[in-house]
Amino acid sequence: MITLDKLTKVFDTPNGPVTAVDHVSLEVPEGEICVLLGPSGCGKTTTLKMINRIISKSSGKIFIEGRDTDEYHEVQLRRNIGYVIQQIGLFPNMTVEENICVVPDLLGWTRDKSRKRARELLEMVALDPDSFLKRYPKELSGGQQQRIGVARALAADPPVMLMDEPFGAIDPINREVIQDEFLKLQESMRKTILFVSHDIDEAVKMGDRIAIFRDGQLIQSDTPDNVLAHPKNSFIADFVGSDRTLKRLGLIRVRDAMEHNPPTVRAENTIEDAVALMKENGHISIVMIGPQGRARGCLRLAEIEGKKGRVNEHRSSLPTTIDINADLRSAVSTMFAHDLSWLACVDSDGFYKGYISLKGITHLLGETYRDQIDPIAAQGAATS
Amino acid sequence: MASAHTIGDKTGAWVGKIGRRLLLLSAFALGLIVSETGWLQDIILYWPDIEYLAGEHITLVLVSGGLAILTGVPLGIWLSRPSMRRISETLMQGLNIGATIPTLAVLALSMSFLGIGTQPSIFGLWLVSLLPIVRNTYIGLKGVQPALIEAARGVGMSPGRILYKVELPNALFVIFAGIRTALAINVGTVPLAFLIGGGGLGELIFTGIALNDTGMMLAGAVATAFLAIVVDFIVAQIQFWAIPRGVNPLR
Repeated sequence: MITLDKLTKVFDTPNGPVTAVDHVSLEVPEGEICVLLGPSGCGKTTTLKMINRIISKSSGKIFIEGRDTDEYHEVQLRRNIGYVIQQIGLFPNMTVEENICVVPDLLGWTRDKSRKRARELLEMVALDPDSFLKRYPKELSGGQQQRIGVARALAADPPVMLMDEPFGAIDPINREVIQDEFLKLQESMRKTILFVSHDIDEAVKMGDRIAIFRDGQLIQSDTPDNVLAHPKNSFIADFVGSDRTLKRLGLIRVRDAMEHNPPTVRAENTIEDAVALMKENGHISIVMIGPQGRARGCLRLAEIEGKKGRVNEHRSSLPTTIDINADLRSAVSTMFAHDLSWLACVDSDGFYKGYISLKGITHLLGETYRDQIDPIAAQGAATS
Repeated sequence: MASAHTIGDKTGAWVGKIGRRLLLLSAFALGLIVSETGWLQDIILYWPDIEYLAGEHITLVLVSGGLAILTGVPLGIWLSRPSMRRISETLMQGLNIGATIPTLAVLALSMSFLGIGTQPSIFGLWLVSLLPIVRNTYIGLKGVQPALIEAARGVGMSPGRILYKVELPNALFVIFAGIRTALAINVGTVPLAFLIGGGGLGELIFTGIALNDTGMMLAGAVATAFLAIVVDFIVAQIQFWAIPRGVNPLR
């Protein structure tokens, strides 16, 4: 856990003192990623660098795992904090192996132990140890270098990591890949991470919480969904973008937005039963499932009304389905692509779990605005 | 990057080819001149002198050059420390101005303070070779990427360790370039030390000039030039092999 208590930094400049970080109090719970977000010059990087004392603080307290960091010598403190920077900062004079082993060597690990750890870490960051350990940084691509940078920070298994725009210098395609890899790693590592970014999409993707800074002050610290749904003021609303509601689509899983336990019919049911079921629920279509419960097809009320026979004889096939673990972004995209207003949701084995409709999504996204008056909208209404 | 490399390599190979041909051609021309003029016989006549004086010459180079490295590198490191920021530029300017004083004048000055002999010669030569070493050490260390130093601090290295493990290895190539320049200047300057009683191959050169004895003069000059080439070759080899592959643009 990282706790910042009224952390403040005042720089002395020829034009007088400038407050770069102004009484920032923040808590990052164990095992979570907190993204410090804001425009350049907002104090997010200064805040981060005060934690491992690359920049000295002017006042305030920093606690890591409940202990005041002032109790540690700075060198001792830094060895227990993983640090990843945008420029990567691999030492060009050392091989990949030596770079990764820097901290273990400082901590006095035996050679066998540290070298074994280097292999293990390379495998964790998806690089082949045999071909990479003896290479020099200049022989690697940018993406590979940053993977090594992350491995180096993880070498001594520190409980806490500081990451200063770690993926900022990597091309967008590789950035996505490395972000995904890192999130996967984090699922098993559960490190407590402070992550600086200026990119709202990255923040929404990486963060369990987002802390938004402006002019050295912490404006809002909340979950990504809350930041997008309830920006505290117009600065944050502008910063997260006018399409902030669309960004929320990427945060919500289909399973959380779908209608559970929908009515279904089986192949052997009669058309009359199906029509009755649809009318009872007010639906205009119904999904037919197989004997095990897999989605097999669907019936449309308009097509079958007044007809006789079994469901099996009249069903049409489902144009597409959506995995319940997909996010709403891909669900909506699939709907648009197939010109549909609803989708059957299936799990990874194809079992029918529920359905999701455009109307339902709109309703869900709108819900948070209705149950709490949107401060931005209220401001707009008051001024007009 | 890759394409730049191949172009560079091609140019390098091309220059190398021309260089080798020129070398062969000049060796041939030299041999022609030597055999036509009978200078070779003259030079061989002075062989015992060459041997003895070359020994003195090498001693002067090793002592003054070694001292220059031992003092210049630490001085460069000291000037590059952040605490020295205020005065380092001024000091470097001072050293630069010092370098504009002609070598002969430096030797003359050291003679007027220390008298005649080996001691003032070594002092003068030390002073002459000091500047390239200090300057390259300073520039090399200042040129280390700030991100590397931040990363080194971030992993918990002490300032001494950062210097030893990160800054010096990454500045080594530039420092070596300074040492190479300094030693080349040094070897070429040693003949002047004869003028203040320092000995060395200058004795043959200046006596040869004074007696209008071309053979004698050449015996000293050719030997000096040969020494300069050998010293540069040795330092280049050390530079090539001692600097880690990751920070050595030659490898």
